[in-house]
Amino acid sequence: MSELNKIAGYANPEVLVTTDWLSENLDRVTVVESDEDILLYETGHIPGAVKLDWHTELNDPMRRDYLDGEQFAALMSQKGISRDDEIVLYGDKSNWWAAYAFWVFKLFGHEKVRLLDGGRQKWIAEQRELTKVAPQISEAVYPVVTRDDSEIRAFRDDISKHVPNPLIDVRSPQEYTGERLHMPDYPNEGASRGGHIPSARNVPWSTLVQQDGSFKPASELEELLVTSSGKTKSDPFIAYCRIGERSALTWFALKYLVGVQDAKNYDGSWTEWGNLVGVPVAQGEEPGVFA
Amino acid sequence: MPDSQKLQLLLEYSESLPAIPAKYGENPELMERVEECQAPVFIAIEGSSEKINLFFSAPEEAPTTRGFASVLHAALDGASAEEIANFDEDFPSRLGIEKLISPLRVRGMRGMLFRIKRKTRELVG
Repeated sequence: MSELNKIAGYANPEVLVTTDWLSENLDRVTVVESDEDILLYETGHIPGAVKLDWHTELNDPMRRDYLDGEQFAALMSQKGISRDDEIVLYGDKSNWWAAYAFWVFKLFGHEKVRLLDGGRQKWIAEQRELTKVAPQISEAVYPVVTRDDSEIRAFRDDISKHVPNPLIDVRSPQEYTGERLHMPDYPNEGASRGGHIPSARNVPWSTLVQQDGSFKPASELEELLVTSSGKTKSDPFIAYCRIGERSALTWFALKYLVGVQDAKNYDGSWTEWGNLVGVPVAQGEEPGVFA
Repeated sequence: MPDSQKLQLLLEYSESLPAIPAKYGENPELMERVEECQAPVFIAIEGSSEKINLFFSAPEEAPTTRGFASVLHAALDGASAEEIANFDEDFPSRLGIEKLISPLRVRGMRGMLFRIKRKTRELVG
């Protein structure tokens, strides 16, 4: 299947761009790189791309939360991004962090945001141009927009109300089963308890992407995420991982590629649930029952 | 030192991490994976209580991780087992880049250091 045919098969084809398309449209769009590794941009990036350091720039510095409207507006101005700009996001790890940034852009209702299918890995594999030169940025005007968490963000208290609707745990099988626990003499992982939220199904994020870092075709995504568990696109879905970045990629696939109407990312994820007093936890391979 | 300079320095460290000897390249099972790092990072140690040599393998696509490995290499390669045992466990936090680099990443460096200490104890008995 050609790239273009694959993309045309998605519920919202306009949210993905190919490396070909981007290389021809670099002047028209604002390219933003968002990586897990914060030094990667400096080792070389797509010409004209602006760096968005997810860890330090999209989070509130005091509370575990994202920026508010004023902070986001200031950040966008500083990056030279206007409300009307067409943003193309890309990054390492098959676009984990780029998808996370995409999700945050959507919390603020930025309209024109797209992901580069295949991300950094594909651009480099195709030996396309990279530069170490940071672009000249002229400050832009970005309006203060109130962040809207209601449509695509799930919180801890939403989980018990969400059951029996589908919950997807996108971590590795060892994290899902709880196998990866503290072992004597080895530093632990960061959660008091291992396992998963009862009733959650395990669909590791890596099953959604191909070798080159791009997404699998729509029919495969739909099978993996929706139909294989007997659910439909009209069911509401919540995805989670450890801190919500891998699940942002899955959220993106659910909402934009498969076409699930109501899809949310639970950003608290396992670092919250696995440390929360009194909530139910399931271990082993079975989803379990939320009680 | 301003943050941007610290990052630049870390980048330079990442570029100067020595390559691992061929025997480890050919036999990766001789190295230990640092599970705390999301990137595939491996370490090995050799030597005696007077002098310990460290070997790190970290991918080019993970410059921050390589940078950390390189900093630890610079600090500890050739040290005695005792110096390694006494080396400040809090060193990763003391670098003062926790704000720039996520806590996850610093945990990775802690994992490297923790395993170096443990392996050194195991080596010299």
